[in-house]
Amino acid sequence: MSTHTEHQAQQGREPLDVNTPGLTRFDIVREGARRDDIEIVHYEPQVVAGSKAERRLVRLVAGLFLLTGLLATAFLVIYIWWPWEYAPGRGSDKYFTPLLGVTLGLSLLGVGFGILAWGKKLLPKEVSIQDRHEGAVAEDERTITGQTMVYMADELGVKRRPLLGASLLLGLAPVGAVAAAPLVGGLISDPHKNNQMFTTGFAPAEGGQKIRLIREDGRPVRPSDISAGGQLTVFPGVEHGVSNRHADSPTLLIHLRDSDAQESRKANERVGHGDYMWGNYAAFSKICTHAGCPASLYEQQTNRLLCPCHQSQFLITDNARPVFGPASRRLPQLPIEVDSEGFFVAKSDYTETVGPDFWERP
Amino acid sequence: MKRRKFDLAAVPGNSAVALDDRFQVATPLRRLLNKVFPDHWSFLLGEIALFSFIVLLLTGTFLTFFFEPSMTEVVYDGSYAPLRGTPMSAAYASSLDLSFEVRGGLIMRQMHHWAALLFMAAIVVHMLRVFFTGAFRKPRETNWIIGSLLFWVGFLAGFTGYSLPDDGLSGTGLRIASAIMLSIPVIGSWVTSSIFGGEFPGTIIISRFFIAHVLLIPALLLALISVHLGLVFKQKHTQWPGPGRTNGNVVGERMFPRYAIKQGGFFMVVFGVIALMGGLFQINPIWLFGPYEAWVVSAASQPDWYVMFLDGSTRLMPAWQINIPIGDGYVIPPLFWPTVVLPGILVGLSTLYPFLEARHLKDRKSHNLLQRPRDVPARTAAGAMAVSFYVVLTLSGANDVIADKFQISLNAMTWAGRIGLLIVPPLAYYVTYRLCLGLQQHDREVLAHGVETGIIRRMPDGRFVEVHQPLSAAPHGDGHGELEYTGWVVPKKMNRLGALGPAVRGFFYPIEKPAEAPVSPGHPPVEPRPEREEIGSGESRR
Repeated sequence: MSTHTEHQAQQGREPLDVNTPGLTRFDIVREGARRDDIEIVHYEPQVVAGSKAERRLVRLVAGLFLLTGLLATAFLVIYIWWPWEYAPGRGSDKYFTPLLGVTLGLSLLGVGFGILAWGKKLLPKEVSIQDRHEGAVAEDERTITGQTMVYMADELGVKRRPLLGASLLLGLAPVGAVAAAPLVGGLISDPHKNNQMFTTGFAPAEGGQKIRLIREDGRPVRPSDISAGGQLTVFPGVEHGVSNRHADSPTLLIHLRDSDAQESRKANERVGHGDYMWGNYAAFSKICTHAGCPASLYEQQTNRLLCPCHQSQFLITDNARPVFGPASRRLPQLPIEVDSEGFFVAKSDYTETVGPDFWERP
Repeated sequence: MKRRKFDLAAVPGNSAVALDDRFQVATPLRRLLNKVFPDHWSFLLGEIALFSFIVLLLTGTFLTFFFEPSMTEVVYDGSYAPLRGTPMSAAYASSLDLSFEVRGGLIMRQMHHWAALLFMAAIVVHMLRVFFTGAFRKPRETNWIIGSLLFWVGFLAGFTGYSLPDDGLSGTGLRIASAIMLSIPVIGSWVTSSIFGGEFPGTIIISRFFIAHVLLIPALLLALISVHLGLVFKQKHTQWPGPGRTNGNVVGERMFPRYAIKQGGFFMVVFGVIALMGGLFQINPIWLFGPYEAWVVSAASQPDWYVMFLDGSTRLMPAWQINIPIGDGYVIPPLFWPTVVLPGILVGLSTLYPFLEARHLKDRKSHNLLQRPRDVPARTAAGAMAVSFYVVLTLSGANDVIADKFQISLNAMTWAGRIGLLIVPPLAYYVTYRLCLGLQQHDREVLAHGVETGIIRRMPDGRFVEVHQPLSAAPHGDGHGELEYTGWVVPKKMNRLGALGPAVRGFFYPIEKPAEAPVSPGHPPVEPRPEREEIGSGESRR
């Protein structure tokens, strides 16, 4: 190779003829290293062959390897015969995974430390120095490659024949778009289809039928079901109302104490929600207006609702106004009443957008 | 014609010749075998990431055989009694089956998760090493950029991965991710709707995340890691300054056999540690979280550690909403800044840093020698500032748990984080800068005055002085020779000079042997390996 012959010329060293009789194997190794611009400057065995120290190290490494074999076998035995099937309560199946971990982990550590000891302690220590050849960039080479590329560009004659370049560009641009089109076209989905971002499961059914508030088990809710100061998560009484298909519908129905209810009603009237409560009952969306987690920790004493994800806090008696944390918008309130059979229903859908904020929310 | 006897001993040689006839591998193979690598413990941090990645590929492939990436609703009927009869997605049910029904499935799942955490941790620690030692400088800026990208691609791999089981915790994370996408001005709702195939959660997101997690992202990681390693190989590793080490050479060991053997052993050790963790330490016990239901969440819902800084920034962000009163009115929610803008700035700053520093210092040279952090106080201090910023955010990501365990007000924790985020980083900058200068000064002091010996001498006039051991023959006769600082550790204790001998070695009984002379690559002996009669299994020698 030209580079190392140059280098050898610099050092004034003739390459060694490796067929010279009488060369040791190490001489050849060192010559090979020199041809790669590596000088082995220090090479010394760490243990004397046949010494006590060597025998001890060999025993150590062999011991580690044998330990690996033993533990790996133990892994297999446990894997095959240990009772592993899950059963409730305490039982030997609970030790299955830990035992697999211990046997597999220690066996791998055994082979790992064995190899490390072999490499670090039994092989000779060395210091080699290799040249980087970074500084000596061949200007010639750059010139040749650069000129070759410019020459090729000249041959193509894009400069002299501009129409070719322009037409190629114009021809290829739509091809690029063709590659992107199925991806974008296939994935794109209109967020405003069926007005989905602004409606929830509480939207009155066709014919104006009002939607009941139901519990998680599907039963409708009567006012007497919640004691003063209590609260209950309710769902729209529609098909799949209690499921992730109506992920924006879960609502917190709160039975406020008298004084709190009065305060709440006043606050409601201030924002024109005068008829949203029914008696001392108020219903607020459970979906945090910040990042969409369920704001589910209700503190009776202060009437604050805390979202456990980012600690936004909403003051229920003030239209669920955010009073602390990163949320910037109050929780929407669901207008409720009690139907002729004595069950809670939603008077209408939410009048504000439920869930985390986005650009085009009015 | 006489049939030649089959000569088994000649097979390796003959095959080698046959291979070289066809592929001419002798020269490139020799180069590879000979390549010199410098050695230092801090160069092994990136390897941990690489080895964890290999474990991730192995365990992850196993998991795909059993996981069903589908949101079809099923009713659980497995052996975990508390959830029996619960409606859930097929993804969650198959994750439960992986943990309870598949023999050895749980340890594979836990090893996969631990390996992922270790992968990200190793990337971060490796990145800190590269930053604080200046290893990112020309000519290695490209590799620095690839490394920073690897963190973010790894972040995505982790997020898509732990979202797959569709359990109560990861579903909440997915809900927040959808809110983050929603918060992007103008296109937010379109992006979210397109990714989720309609309104959150839809029915397609798990299978989309699955293909991203098992094909697209790993392919990207593999490609980036290959280029990363290829560049390390091509540009040769950086090295610490020291005797015989220059900007133009590499001082170390040839790759084979010793360096490669150590790497192999280290891989096994990393693999073994992950196996131990996977077996002994429970992680992500999804059966305790239940299936994802939009109305259920519990306190202390934290993401994996590498996502926690974004959770923290989200918690600390004040409720600053920007209203744009045009038409019906438009909104930029406060969520946008800490979760989209902040990571954007972090990506930009980290990838551009090598160029910013080179521009500031007007430094166009190539650097192959590392710098000790103390020798570049401004960079080290800036790094400390970045680390403290990250730590404040990460701790804030767990501020509800801290508030709970230490009986602190939750709101006080949030305010502490908000104020801390502004005050701690500049403070860290100042303190680190002073520490660096102090350490520099101490190095210079030892070079000038020598090492403290601990010997107190009483002078004739009654004064007490400590005797210092100068590091060089004193030219002025008063023991105050000026030695040049070479950018590497200055010995500061007598036993570092070989004066007291090393600490007693040996675990059960002392191994007494004379102190080893320090290796000086300048003028060491060159000795061949003791010649042996024959290459064999080693048995024949006895």
